[in-house]
Amino acid sequence: MEVMQDALRLSGVCKKFGTIEANRNVSLGVRKGSIHAIVGENGAGKSTLARIIYGMHRPDSGTIAVHGKSVKFASPGDAIAEGIGMVHQHFMLVPAMTVTENVMLGLENKPLFSAIPMKTASACIRRLSGQYGIAVDPDARVETLSVGEEQRVEILKLLYRQAGILILDEPTAVLTPRETLNLFDVLRSLKNEGKTILLITHKLDEVLALADRVTVMRQGEITGTVSCSETSKEALARMMVGRNVLLGVDNPPPSPGKIVLSVEHLGYRTAKGVQKLAEVSFKVRAGEIFGIAGVEGNGQSELLALLWGMHDRKGAVSGNILLGETDITGRSPAAMAALGVSHIPEDRLKHAVVPGFTVSENMLFGRHREPRFRRGAGFNRQEVGEYVKKLVTRYDVRCSDVDTIRLEALSGGNQQKVVVARELDRPGMRLLILAQPTRGVDIGAIEGIHRSIIETREHGAAILLVSSELDELIALSTRIGCLYKGSLRRIFTAEEVEAGRSDILRFGQEIGLHIT
Amino acid sequence: MKNSPFRFLMPVIAVAAAALCGMLVVALSGRDPVDISAKLYRATLGSGYGTGQVLFRTTSLIFTGLAVALPFRARLFNIGGEGQLQLAAFAAAVTGALLPASMPAFPAVVLTAFAAMTAGGLWGAAAGALKVRFGVNEVISTIMLNFIAQALAGYLLTYRFAMPSTEHTAEIVPHAMLPGMDDLAGLFAGSPANLTLPLAPAAAALAAFYLFRSRAGYELRALGSQPEAAAYAGIESSTHRILIMGVAGALAGLGALNLVSGYRHYYEAGLTGGLGFSGIAVALLAGAHPLWIVPAALFFGLLEYGGLAVGAYVPKDIFMIIQALAILMVIVLNARR
Repeated sequence: MEVMQDALRLSGVCKKFGTIEANRNVSLGVRKGSIHAIVGENGAGKSTLARIIYGMHRPDSGTIAVHGKSVKFASPGDAIAEGIGMVHQHFMLVPAMTVTENVMLGLENKPLFSAIPMKTASACIRRLSGQYGIAVDPDARVETLSVGEEQRVEILKLLYRQAGILILDEPTAVLTPRETLNLFDVLRSLKNEGKTILLITHKLDEVLALADRVTVMRQGEITGTVSCSETSKEALARMMVGRNVLLGVDNPPPSPGKIVLSVEHLGYRTAKGVQKLAEVSFKVRAGEIFGIAGVEGNGQSELLALLWGMHDRKGAVSGNILLGETDITGRSPAAMAALGVSHIPEDRLKHAVVPGFTVSENMLFGRHREPRFRRGAGFNRQEVGEYVKKLVTRYDVRCSDVDTIRLEALSGGNQQKVVVARELDRPGMRLLILAQPTRGVDIGAIEGIHRSIIETREHGAAILLVSSELDELIALSTRIGCLYKGSLRRIFTAEEVEAGRSDILRFGQEIGLHIT
Repeated sequence: MKNSPFRFLMPVIAVAAAALCGMLVVALSGRDPVDISAKLYRATLGSGYGTGQVLFRTTSLIFTGLAVALPFRARLFNIGGEGQLQLAAFAAAVTGALLPASMPAFPAVVLTAFAAMTAGGLWGAAAGALKVRFGVNEVISTIMLNFIAQALAGYLLTYRFAMPSTEHTAEIVPHAMLPGMDDLAGLFAGSPANLTLPLAPAAAALAAFYLFRSRAGYELRALGSQPEAAAYAGIESSTHRILIMGVAGALAGLGALNLVSGYRHYYEAGLTGGLGFSGIAVALLAGAHPLWIVPAALFFGLLEYGGLAVGAYVPKDIFMIIQALAILMVIVLNARR
């Protein structure tokens, strides 16, 4: 193991933001001259780890060593000095400047008023381009470049600074398939020239195609580091999305009724022409839970946005969404809510609540138009008070005073209980859309939320459940659809899911086959 | 933390600290701060007339302060109070002058007020519409609308409405004039304080009700605090933004009514005297809370008139320093939390 020295070694790195442990006891060795991938769901802590390595965050504890030398970075400048460079998910380029000017930008080793050796720099960039097979015109203005070319400029910036360790954060998220292949060629040639590459991603195909070793992160911790030649997509997916808690929710046999939601040949192409969804068709009946499995970034967000009328209107939508017989494609959230659709969005703090509002105000959020809560131009405070009190008790929201405590002061679990209570209680609810209903929620609260979801199903609501937790999907769903690259690849029938529940581990691996 | 008493004490601390600094400047200019303070008190709150003068300015400042504070809750920074005030003052003066002298007082006053609120409201709503429809930053658009308002009122005054050989419009009809507090209740002898004075705190209370008790205010605060979540909850931000900018302009219009119907009875250049801009400072000092606007406006009213009243002893500029220091102090104290 110690034949080659580690280019980068982390031992026991911890980082907390408030009460959230973004990184817990992370230890990791990256071999020199290798491509090392770090995979994990959004929120698994991989971006935080990358930022710590690049000096943007300081770890609370733990040590970092670069080429065997212990380092402490106060800023990215220190990291750059040690030969570490990072390509961010969002590029840091000045559009109005040329490639050469951008590459040179921030080179602090020149006196302020000395002439910039533009010709030399331009020649140097040409040489680097040739050496690593990075095709880009040094004199082109950045605003005229494609996204793939911009990324190459970012990589050139690092090479120009003679970085030996390159960190790439989700480098293929913005690329077309062809550009992705091109990037892989570049990364391989960088590796062959002795550079060390740290690849942050959640796309397992790419990892297996490109990386030498892969580290899987989940909830801030490393669940394992394996050699890519000795692993498989299924095993990685399992390491990424599994959660080893016993999900003891009682799931009685469902009795599906009429079709409530029909999604027919749904497609979505962004304004930039990226096809995010294609030919997605499924139906959800009253009294059943239709689960959607998939690794994040395979079209879940777009599907959810379309279902709630919150998609970017600049993109192109094809196909239809029907609620019962009514076509609701592109209807506004207010119209959806009035038709009896409840929605628990995946990003709770951003989309489901107003963190600065009190618990009471948040219990009313999105339901404040209901006639029972009105009085004159204001609210019927007695009615609201009783409603809030009832839900706080029933859903066990731990909060000392609902009228003064702001929602942001509650724990993640209690925040989610507020959202779940509000949405499940909606009168005349026919369809419930759930996205990551237990993300960031403590185990105790998860059980309660799961029980409420099953109860809602028993009362005859149709439920669409999008989750990246396979265990959760298997435990709750009546049927499960597998979303991969914007299409439903496979739909497991009620019988298959029922059978799968008896051996969650094996069934999870089977689903893993269809989502990677 | 966020609900600590410090939040309420902060403006008080800021004002006290700013006043102390002001006294220090007075001392540095070679005057006795105690003596000046005594003179300041006698000239303002120490007499009925002085109090009336202070309250007269406070009245307009409450309205222009509200005109900034309300849009602020929807994340809109209304710099256009001055333009809204100017146009409203002009509209009130012209309307009041055109009314038949035989019209009874009530409709005359209401029509004048309506003209002022409509002019100010449309000017405010225009900025809101530009923001919603074309994404024009409201800071830019309101500043530009200020210029246009000033030029428009100036042009119309000079070429259309100025009385021969004067630089002001015709006086409004007597029935459109608002009675002074002196005539009404024997208060603030001879000062320009008038019937709009009780209207201002009432408007502040109404604004507080709108923000914190009404459904519309609930939606407004939600979209100001978390716009994306508001969209997910089906809140129509466009309507709210245009509406609140219109309401802001209409409130500035009531501030203009105080100046025209209550005091000067005609429009002339410089009538508004920057009261629209001071409204920004009032709103900042009050943390955009409608009820805090009232004491904040009183503080600024005191300094504005106080500066005039003791101008013979110390330069008025010292009072501008105190005003600016109070604002800076609030911002610094806010940032520290």
